Amino acid sequence: MSGTYLGMPAFPEAARDAVHDRTLRGNLRHATHTIRAKRAKAVAEVSDWAELREAGRRIKDHTLLHLDRYLEQLEESVTAAGGTVHWAADADEANRIVTRLVEETGESEVVKVKSMATQEIGLNEALLEAGIRAYETDLAELIVQLGKDRPSHILVPAIHRNRGEIRDIFRAEMGAWGRPAPADLTDTPAELAEAARLHLREKFLRAKVGISGANFMVAETGTLVVVESEGNGRMCLTLPETLISVVGIEKTVPTWRDLEVFLQTLPRSSTAERMNPYTSMWTGTTDEDGPRAFHLVLLDNGRTDTLADEVGRQALRCIRCSACLNVCPVYERAGGHAYGSVYPGPIGAILSPQLRGTASEIDASLPYASSLCGACYEVCPVAIDIPEVLVHLRERVVEGGPVVRNGNKVVLKPARGHAAERAAMRAAGWAFTRPGVLRAGQRLASRTRRLHPRTLPGPGRAWSASRDLPAVPAEPFRDWWLRTRGGKNTPGPDAAGSTGEDGLK
Amino acid sequence: MRVALFLTCVNDTLYPDTGRAVVRLLTRLGVDVDFPMAQTCCGQAHYNTGYRHRTEPLARRFSDVFGAYDAIVTPSGSCAAMVREGYPRMGERARAEGRGDALSAVLAPVVPRTYELTEFLVDVLGVTDVGAYYPHRVTYHPTCHGLRALGLGDRPRRLLDAVKGLELAELPGAEECCGFGGTFAVKNPDVSAAMGADKVRNAESTGAEVLCAADNSCLTHLGGTMTRLRTGMRPVHIAEILASTEEEPAL
Ligand code: SF4
Repeated sequence: MSGTYLGMPAFPEAARDAVHDRTLRGNLRHATHTIRAKRAKAVAEVSDWAELREAGRRIKDHTLLHLDRYLEQLEESVTAAGGTVHWAADADEANRIVTRLVEETGESEVVKVKSMATQEIGLNEALLEAGIRAYETDLAELIVQLGKDRPSHILVPAIHRNRGEIRDIFRAEMGAWGRPAPADLTDTPAELAEAARLHLREKFLRAKVGISGANFMVAETGTLVVVESEGNGRMCLTLPETLISVVGIEKTVPTWRDLEVFLQTLPRSSTAERMNPYTSMWTGTTDEDGPRAFHLVLLDNGRTDTLADEVGRQALRCIRCSACLNVCPVYERAGGHAYGSVYPGPIGAILSPQLRGTASEIDASLPYASSLCGACYEVCPVAIDIPEVLVHLRERVVEGGPVVRNGNKVVLKPARGHAAERAAMRAAGWAFTRPGVLRAGQRLASRTRRLHPRTLPGPGRAWSASRDLPAVPAEPFRDWWLRTRGGKNTPGPDAAGSTGEDGLK
Repeated sequence: MRVALFLTCVNDTLYPDTGRAVVRLLTRLGVDVDFPMAQTCCGQAHYNTGYRHRTEPLARRFSDVFGAYDAIVTPSGSCAAMVREGYPRMGERARAEGRGDALSAVLAPVVPRTYELTEFLVDVLGVTDVGAYYPHRVTYHPTCHGLRALGLGDRPRRLLDAVKGLELAELPGAEECCGFGGTFAVKNPDVSAAMGADKVRNAESTGAEVLCAADNSCLTHLGGTMTRLRTGMRPVHIAEILASTEEEPAL
């Protein structure tokens, strides 16, 4: 993925600022709770939601299992329809291809449809280095771009901003990029939208090159699909002379018919709409309609490696609806930036450490950025068991093990920095296989209970900094049971109870 | 029916009252409950932190200790979920690692027989009115593992609804995680504390004296937050409410 986030601190530190920023927390809380409630309503309207979810899961799993075949079919269909297919193994290669394609048109500016894939590879920055200006045309992306900010949500990248902040950004920055905002701009939604509309329209009408991603690619027909709600996408996909689409290979679906499922689940899960306002589909090029040249850049960038992992590969089913972000209590408080990637929230916590590996501090901390509450799994329209993958990736961090990186099998060493925890787990594991030891520990704790502080030393300190510890009881349960036999007062041998090496019977 | 109480390591060590309440409650309902002394821990903390290989001996041991019982009852939704969801998954992973079906076979007997307390009462014993008396205003926090992993649904609420004298107050945002999450509370202290504080404030807004849940781990986190935030509330495990009677009322 993009180097923009390299050197990020681990999640807990990155989250701290957001947790204590009241405005940010208020913005996030308001936005996520609103969309959460709306989504629940939109989903409840569909009587066969469970079946749709299962169908989506199956289509995606089937496609991923035969991805090589479907990608070849896709290439054939796109080519037959007049498009050109390019394969990019990683971000650098994708950026080089796109830069070259733009340079070949002789243009120095492009309009963009909101796309996660181009953010993932840091395309705008790469283009800028080559002297090409990329204009984001999605309203929220525009806000982020003008504010020299980073997106913090998949669907609503400026979710962390409120209206007042947006007005200030428009007023201060629009002029440098094109048509300035009116000097008397207020923070009413209609005025903000109008300012953005006028600013963007100028760009749509001028641009000769459009760059997009895609929500789906149909192997059978070579059709690409973008769903959106502002209409800016439709403009970028139809007005320019050249269209370049950068799409992750996992976005493939086998047949046109498969769209039936996702065009129902995606809008309801993401914007809580029954259907998204704009669904644009394009198949290669068509005479006298739309772009004259169409390029599809198929992006791997860690996806094939992810595919090799039996548990983790389900992350590639993701259709980027962002429902998991909106229900995640951790995301709600930590904000999107803390995840150190263009993929924040629960999906980011399992996707980034797979696409990028777990070597960096931020990537190694992401699998722990969850309380495993399961809300993300419950809402996911393609049933990605995010908690399962999180636990699986935690194992990768603390125990190491075999993974595929850049197509090669490698055996990861356990991550550093877990020594104390590993020792504690080993000690606990040792005690827990010896009830006698556990009991002795309990007794010691009970006997010294008046000496116990209500705060903890070492790694536990963070816990007791904001919570009081429970008092240790005078007698652990098992001692009480032994003393009273559960009120039966008839001590005697019992088969199951005598298992183990405690020798306490 | 041979019923074993799996109290969990946390309850055994820190919350013996919950264990005594379960014994009292089940005995009152005519269940002959046993406490196998060789029990220790289901391995949830190990497993969820990524130490799957260290969890395996604990899981085997659990099966060893409890395998002969018809039902294993535990007053902890997350430990029940560990056995019911985690154990089969560990078996699958062992198979994927080329170790065959041995682990699955060892763990299989305990998986379908492990019940969370409220589930056991409602589904196995078929009771919702357990003859309890608890004259307090109570709000109920459905913990994540009980809610989503086990799908306890309204079982705990139905049990509480039938308690004499108890006034049940609706908890706003009930389904949101309290922020405990095992080692999450230690690894992400700021986010965890913020989640706990929000949960406690929601609970406080109901005017309840008691915050009730079916998992002492979440209650530890919330109880610790309550005293820190100086609320007048106290955390109480649902077992203690259900065990409370007019003759022997719990506090
Ligand atoms: S993981 Fe599931 S819920 Fe989250 S964005 Fe992807 S499809 Fe949506």
